[in-house]
Amino acid sequence: MKKSVEAYTLEDRKKHIVVKEKNKEQGIKCDQHSISGAVSQRACVYCGARVVLNPITDAVHIIHGPIGCSSYTWDIRGSLSSDSEMYRNSFSTDLQERDIIFGGEKKLAGAIDEIVESMSPQTIFVYSTCVVGVIGDDLDAVCKQAEKKYNIRVIPVKSSGFAGSKKDGYQAACNAIISLMDDKEYKIDIKDHRTLNYLGDFNLAGEVWILNNYFKEIGVNMITGVTGDSTIEKLKKAQNASFNIVQCAGSSIYLAKMMEERFKIPYEQVSFFGIQDTANSLLNVARLTGDKKIIRDTEVFIKQKKADIASILQKYKEKCAGKKVAIYVGGGFKAISLIKQFNELGMTTVMVGTQTGRQEEYDTIKELAEEGTVILDDTNPTELQKFIKEKGADLLVGGVKERPLAYKLGIAFIDHNHERKLPLLGFEGAVNFAKEVDLTVNSPVWNLVREG
Amino acid sequence: MLENTPKEITKRSALVVNPAKTCQPIGAMYAALGIHGCLPHSHGSQGCCSFHRMHLTRHFRDPIVASTSSFTEGACVFGGKSNLKKGLETVFEIYNPDVVAVNTTCLSETIGDDLTEIIRDTKIPEGKHVIYANTPSYYGSHVNGFSNMTKAIVSHLVNDEKIIENGKLAIIPGYVEPSDMSEVKRILKLIGIPFIMFPDTSEVVNTPNTGKYEMYPDGGVTVDEIKDLGNCEATVAMGKFASEAAAFELEKKSDVEAHTIKVPLGIKATDDMIMKFLELTGKSIPKELETERGQLVDIMVDIHNHYHGKKVAIFGDPDIVIAMTEFAISLGLIPTSILTGTPGNAFEKQINEMLEQAGIEDAKVKASGDLMDLHQWIKNEPVDMLIGNTYGKYIARAENIPLVRLGFPILDRVGHSYFPSVGYKGAMRIIEKISTAFLDKYDMECAEEDFELVM
Repeated sequence: MKKSVEAYTLEDRKKHIVVKEKNKEQGIKCDQHSISGAVSQRACVYCGARVVLNPITDAVHIIHGPIGCSSYTWDIRGSLSSDSEMYRNSFSTDLQERDIIFGGEKKLAGAIDEIVESMSPQTIFVYSTCVVGVIGDDLDAVCKQAEKKYNIRVIPVKSSGFAGSKKDGYQAACNAIISLMDDKEYKIDIKDHRTLNYLGDFNLAGEVWILNNYFKEIGVNMITGVTGDSTIEKLKKAQNASFNIVQCAGSSIYLAKMMEERFKIPYEQVSFFGIQDTANSLLNVARLTGDKKIIRDTEVFIKQKKADIASILQKYKEKCAGKKVAIYVGGGFKAISLIKQFNELGMTTVMVGTQTGRQEEYDTIKELAEEGTVILDDTNPTELQKFIKEKGADLLVGGVKERPLAYKLGIAFIDHNHERKLPLLGFEGAVNFAKEVDLTVNSPVWNLVREG
Repeated sequence: MLENTPKEITKRSALVVNPAKTCQPIGAMYAALGIHGCLPHSHGSQGCCSFHRMHLTRHFRDPIVASTSSFTEGACVFGGKSNLKKGLETVFEIYNPDVVAVNTTCLSETIGDDLTEIIRDTKIPEGKHVIYANTPSYYGSHVNGFSNMTKAIVSHLVNDEKIIENGKLAIIPGYVEPSDMSEVKRILKLIGIPFIMFPDTSEVVNTPNTGKYEMYPDGGVTVDEIKDLGNCEATVAMGKFASEAAAFELEKKSDVEAHTIKVPLGIKATDDMIMKFLELTGKSIPKELETERGQLVDIMVDIHNHYHGKKVAIFGDPDIVIAMTEFAISLGLIPTSILTGTPGNAFEKQINEMLEQAGIEDAKVKASGDLMDLHQWIKNEPVDMLIGNTYGKYIARAENIPLVRLGFPILDRVGHSYFPSVGYKGAMRIIEKISTAFLDKYDMECAEEDFELVM
């Protein structure tokens, strides 16, 4: 295995690839910009901001820039809403050549006028894109003026694509959210110790709803998901929570920290992917309330839920055990969750990569990984193909761009990103996950794929 | 999702709601994929490249690969020169393509990177090629991007000197599916016409499954073929918006006569294409094509009552919409709302002429429109069917009308990259889709006593 990495041509990339060896200090190079010319699977600042904010259902999201940025992010996230569908529309200033020359502020102000006239929104997010950052439109000024004119919130999101990485986009989104939350009118004096916000879940396939049902069962009150199935009003009430829990840390830990600072709300990182993580996290939530009854009820609830799904999971485990998995996802935290989840199904992870994982996450991955597992940072299709083949993976977990690659290689695929159709969270999600793994890994189509 | 669309139409000049277009670079990327052994390169932020690849991947369900200059703040201040130079070095070192096709983005255009100068200043390995097109996202649409890259293929790779007549036709198929390109090639072969098609994405973005991933699949026009384009007898450019510019460039450069026709979608446009082929080559029409045309007419006659007199809205890319409108009229459908997001007066002019000729009055026709325009029109003047890309599904659902998927992108169905919409066979397929969409809806919704076995 080691030899194949050595044989890889590009020197710069070698430090981003590690093959796990026991009892050996092995650092991985991560948290770096991609090198120019790489076929990176990564996105930009704007993309980061957009995916975090877009699930706010009753807001209007105006993309200030040429049309592309708006087109490509139109209703792509698969976040579900229990109420307004406003967020699923695409609004853009569609900047033209003359706007680039003379500035786009007037057009933006005009676009806000037109949308207020036709749709009367209460809150508008205005995203800046690459070109807006370069021509120097004063987003703050235009937004402020519109707020005054219409007495609504118009919040600028500083998300010029080149100004950092996707992570900076997450931060820009978090800044926008916190500015929205900071509304004294919604502040209550005495907090209920049982109330929380659930950060870093975007309600893909209705996952926030599953968790909300659990919370109801154990007697905990969720003010809102952030931003999954959230509304402006719910986000303004979020400041009244006694504590926050954070699922996707990459996108939302920054917000949790700001909320701690500004509203004195402590936070804890959780994971509701996989049975063990779900159980631990639920117990953690219960303990955070400090309420003995809730802790007891949660223990009973977990026991019950585990019992409910045990037999069906066993059935899937029998069908999936022994298969080998390659993982390539956005953040490190999800990768960690997935490794554990595959372990629960008796499957071995042979390759793990992330687009934007942090050093400490890679350390955890290394601890969890079996000897010989390939660990990759910010990889590309060529490397993915190479290691999938070499390690004999039967299944790839990834996003949009990885799906056809897996299929061409004749191996199964699961989207653990925007295109997931079944909720993969919690106990139900663990079953769905197993079901999806079984559906793809054990499909008869693989028998037809000629060996390359 | 569209419950907010007001029926009352107010004038908008600054705000686009639910676009019927996207930006130039993705079109350039698609055109570049039609060159064999080509790696498209996006000179801009990482996000652009990622979005374009994602979108094309979703449409074709094949791996779409492209590299990027990965702009940072530094690049914006000091220019993207070093990013592109380093990028090209990296690309040739690791990915070893025959050609790199660079497209610009709104960012690199705005900071004023001079690609000609940068690329002249870059060491390109022996036998390799770099071509480039200016594709600012703030001008035109993805169709212009396709057109610009197709033109760049001619500008940068065709030999200047006419060496020897090669007796071939240069064929520019337009912004269509790989299946459509294959179909045009099949027709050319049936008639016995030698040709060079460019760009040609067939077997690049609809590759067979072999259990192996090929970064550079078998398909695509080769650099040698492109070099030879200047020796062709004439160019047939399909679709004014996507293909004409390249044809004119070839005429200017190598004196190859340019002929622009419609995208051969529908019976009349296919007839026109074949007549053009015959006119340029002196060949005669083969029996097989006559039979295909006869079968098409037969199916049109057999089920004309399924759709005659129904009102239809058509939207998407101008070349496709123009041809589809013509076809719809010949089927007896009544196009009442016709829209493209791509700018260009030629669109409205051509559609209005067709409608006038057909005696269809009061139809709404618009270039540079968006899907909110279209939805509002439909709210005011209901239609029985919508023909367009996947984004039409929101309107279709809101208004309970069937959507026949045609054009780019199609993100929620399969088939488009394998079965053609052009040629007589393609026309039959479109009729099948239209008829099936009407009848399926009827079968699900009609009263019990109206539910029939034979239709």
